[in-house]
Amino acid sequence: MIVMQDVRKTFRVTRRKAGMRAALGSLFSREYDTVRALDGVSFTIPDGEIVGYIGPNGAGKSSTIKVLCGILTPDSGVCTVDGLCPWRDRRRHVGRIGVVFGQRSQLWWDVPVGDSFELLRDIYSVPADRFSRTKADLCELLDLGDLLRTPARQLSLGQRMRCEIAASLLHEPRVLFLDEPTIGLDAVSKLAVREFIRRLSREKGTTVLLTTHDMQDIDALAGRVLLLGHGRVLYDGTLAALRTRFDAGHTLDEMVVSLYQEYRI
Amino acid sequence: MKKYVSFFRIRFLTGLQYRAAAWAGLSTQFVWGTMLLLMFRAFYRADTSAFPMTFEQLSSYIWLQQALLALFITWSFDEDLFESIRSGSVAYELCRPADLFGMWMCRTVATRLSRTALRCLPVLIVAAVLPRPWGISPPASPLALLAFLVSVLLGLLVISAMGMLVYALTFYTISPVGLRTIFASAAEFLSGGFIPLPFLPDSIRRVVDMLPFASVQNTPLLIYGGFLSGQEALFRIALQAAWALALILAGRLILLRAIRHVVLQGG
Repeated sequence: MIVMQDVRKTFRVTRRKAGMRAALGSLFSREYDTVRALDGVSFTIPDGEIVGYIGPNGAGKSSTIKVLCGILTPDSGVCTVDGLCPWRDRRRHVGRIGVVFGQRSQLWWDVPVGDSFELLRDIYSVPADRFSRTKADLCELLDLGDLLRTPARQLSLGQRMRCEIAASLLHEPRVLFLDEPTIGLDAVSKLAVREFIRRLSREKGTTVLLTTHDMQDIDALAGRVLLLGHGRVLYDGTLAALRTRFDAGHTLDEMVVSLYQEYRI
Repeated sequence: MKKYVSFFRIRFLTGLQYRAAAWAGLSTQFVWGTMLLLMFRAFYRADTSAFPMTFEQLSSYIWLQQALLALFITWSFDEDLFESIRSGSVAYELCRPADLFGMWMCRTVATRLSRTALRCLPVLIVAAVLPRPWGISPPASPLALLAFLVSVLLGLLVISAMGMLVYALTFYTISPVGLRTIFASAAEFLSGGFIPLPFLPDSIRRVVDMLPFASVQNTPLLIYGGFLSGQEALFRIALQAAWALALILAGRLILLRAIRHVVLQGG
């Protein structure tokens, strides 16, 4: 179970006007702006649920994921994942969660994917027999086969993403955070990834929090949607309920645009 | 502990893959070593008594330096680490149940060792068969050899920990270019990379000897040839250990602070 209660985080960013004068001026005194990345985020996700986390760029989605992974310490608020506070019990907490950052890679570039997996096995102290069983399962479900013997740099994006997802699940986490897992993938790979996430949730009861800009991901996977804007949760409910608010003629993307306009985000 | 060993292993294996780079490095080191020796030979011809070391000692110093170049190199960093800090991939490493400093330190040490493993033997073998006074002489004594090995290990820790400082500070500056340039040029000179430190004027040398840079390659190379021995050698080895410890503690602290304050790049 994931609980977030009134979580706040502000960042200080330097700002200056364009141009030579402003550039020279900023050498001596800098102006700072405070950005409220998270402005009182609250939600609860029960075990085994798949939740889609949407919102425009800069809404605070990635900041939320970073807080939940224990990378970012919020200024205030309460957050627990299965009873542990991510930043206070960091080591124990991260051993129980899996994360996929769609735009980054965790595989070692120059060595075969299988070597990266073995390193992860040791980092997470997964017993050898459990590791080989999980690895075999994941390879079958994600159709990895020969990819394990290929260096990561030679994989296509779709192949790599399947390996990344497998890598994040080798220690059988109860909770999985997916930050834009289908970004840049072709249709076939997208479908494969979605199908896998669905099975993972159904068969293992893994809780999944998924951020994405692809509304089809949400449609295919998530029963529940959280809409984030200006660092707050603006909508929390099912996609179906959201749909009834709009004309049948609207596509998902149009719906999201009207929704963003409605909330001025 | 196993996770750090494993981290070390994967990096070591990766390093062994770069065979072409090793060949290129080897040939550079032969040419460079020969050039240095020819240059010093010309100076020694002018006045042998003006130098603190004999030419044999100098030859040993230079060949050992070339053989261990990759171990003590000051201008080579792990590009992947800078890239992961700049692009934000470091986020993955921050969500591992392991200590970032430990992981990266293992990685740095492993990279240095694997590069050296590919390069040191050919240089040593060729240098050993070169005629006197051009080649490498045997160590001053069995005890000197032992002290040399201990000192090499400590020097490796010192240079790796200094590298960790550069990585940690990169969290603040984002671009590593400035830090690297300053660090590499200062460290190369002060560690005795251009000219052996005993060649410096005494008043300057006394200060430089105490700096952490002198604890990198200078100390083990001087111990090997017997230039440093007895009490003096013991003191310098202790100094190396002290620097290694201090730098590791400082690196950990700065890295911890950097992580806490940093805004991870790229959303």
